[in-house]
Amino acid sequence: MAMPRRLADNDVVLKTTGITKIFGGLRAVSDFDLSVHKGEILSLIGPNGAGKTTVFNVVTGIYSPEHGDVVFLGKKITGRKPHSIVSSGIARTFQNIRLFPDMTCLENIMAGQHCRARSGIFSSVFRTPAMRREEERIRTVAEQRIAQVELAPFAHELAKNIAYGSQRMLEIARALATEPRLLVLDEPSSGLNPKETQDLMSFLKRLIASEDLTILLIEHDMNVVMGISDWVVVMDEGKKIAEGIPDAIYNNPDVIEAYLGRDEGEA
Amino acid sequence: MGNGKSAGLSKLFTTTPWYVPVLFSALVVIYPFFATDYFIDIAFFFGIYALLGLSLNIVLGEVGLFDLGHAGFYAIGAYVTAILNTRYQIPILALLPVSALAAGLFAYLVCSPIIHLKGDYLCIVTIGMGEIVRLALINNPFDLTGGPNGVFGVDFPKLSPNLVIDSSIEYYFLVWAVVGLSILGLISLQHSRIGRAWNCIREDTVAAGATGINVRHYKLLAFVLGAGLAGVAGNIYASKLMCVSPESFTFWESCLMFCIVLIGGMGSIPGVLIGAAFISLFPEIFRPFAMYRMLVFGSVMIVMMMVRPGGFWPRKRGGVAFRSLLEDTGNGNA
Repeated sequence: MAMPRRLADNDVVLKTTGITKIFGGLRAVSDFDLSVHKGEILSLIGPNGAGKTTVFNVVTGIYSPEHGDVVFLGKKITGRKPHSIVSSGIARTFQNIRLFPDMTCLENIMAGQHCRARSGIFSSVFRTPAMRREEERIRTVAEQRIAQVELAPFAHELAKNIAYGSQRMLEIARALATEPRLLVLDEPSSGLNPKETQDLMSFLKRLIASEDLTILLIEHDMNVVMGISDWVVVMDEGKKIAEGIPDAIYNNPDVIEAYLGRDEGEA
Repeated sequence: MGNGKSAGLSKLFTTTPWYVPVLFSALVVIYPFFATDYFIDIAFFFGIYALLGLSLNIVLGEVGLFDLGHAGFYAIGAYVTAILNTRYQIPILALLPVSALAAGLFAYLVCSPIIHLKGDYLCIVTIGMGEIVRLALINNPFDLTGGPNGVFGVDFPKLSPNLVIDSSIEYYFLVWAVVGLSILGLISLQHSRIGRAWNCIREDTVAAGATGINVRHYKLLAFVLGAGLAGVAGNIYASKLMCVSPESFTFWESCLMFCIVLIGGMGSIPGVLIGAAFISLFPEIFRPFAMYRMLVFGSVMIVMMMVRPGGFWPRKRGGVAFRSLLEDTGNGNA
């Protein structure tokens, strides 16, 4: 798995060119380029405040960038609304889990299928055969996804009542229910115990092996980064400072400096 | 939160056994044959408030949008019916969908620019919206609304030339038939992708967008539908009272609708019926204590919110039967 597999340029799934996001006087992300290749797990790392989550929010349409473009599967998606980016095939999770707490686990996942369904107001009120078929399909997908993350016993439990680690997996299952081509995970291992982290890693490995999927993740846990990434991109102060295969990054002096600080003198 | 004993207790309030709607429907059907016209009229207004509660429940209960100007939509429905009927003699029942469409269109136009507002900001804007509607009606624009006096002489609904709805009992059945149909439609919606999308927006708007739900579209849809249903209530109200005037559509009416949804439990249809019953029947039951009834009313609401902050009958989730997969794992924690 540690074998580098950066493929040819025409296999690029997601490409950002020169994205810049400014908050007031702060350049949270500045002139940032990123290419994510088909079928790989790419980790975006960097110290706190480096702008990783901002990059995610730009890619998923929560922010629109001041400059630069986001191209996904050959189409420009810069500045599109989050829901339309989800329909185009990018699904995400959040650093601090954001489920629909007072809905059941199954309903949470069914919500993911929303963008793949089209029943309107009249077919929903009158429960037309087409609408019933679609509901059936939504439920089937949701049941498969909940089984995949091994939460089927909690299907009818409210999302807020299940354990923290399970909530993380539920959020991933909800993202997967949108039938994404690119899965964007913001610190999926945060708050998980070592056993759960291990399970998450093997889950992601199985996922990438079994589905037509690419994964982009922000991660702080170096064991996870080194263990599952095909490619690592390092950010600091809104800029990309290094990228490469995990082993190369691990020993890169710039990266070590960004995490541990510089030698004496230059502030 | 609720484990063990408390789960058992709350189950009593949250599950809806099949016989509850059956008994309630039966009661609604036989009630007027045992009641005087006065009590039938009270039950008629219970029906009107149920309809208004159901309409606000779409916006406030399902989507969590604070709308304290809902009386504005109710007024649009009532005035459209009254004006078109008195000026052009269009039959009341034909105006039922027209009122709904007019109120829905009005909601679309007014809410489009404000739909991105959150929580209390939206609340304040909708209060303003409701008040503007009322003040506009008082100012008699284009000589249409009759100013503070309102519009008089609204006709009875006619099913056919000989079948005129003009007695208390007939109005009672009209309003409760509409309530019944609305409930059926709304239950269908609750168990559709639209109902789920609404609830997702209520639970976490950002996550809803990131899950592929067009937040703006579904918020607007809720407002349009809610306003349309309030317009229907306005239509029935106008023909029952035979006149409409601005004082029927004050901020207080909006507050009552808000209370109906909160008392019953946000997003709960049986809850709306309980809330509407409370709002419409309580003042009648306590009429002998005229001086104190609003005091008692207020106190009951405060105690209610302290004891059951989720409402009297919150919606129970998880109605979708889960087949295959659960059976393997032994149905777990039911």
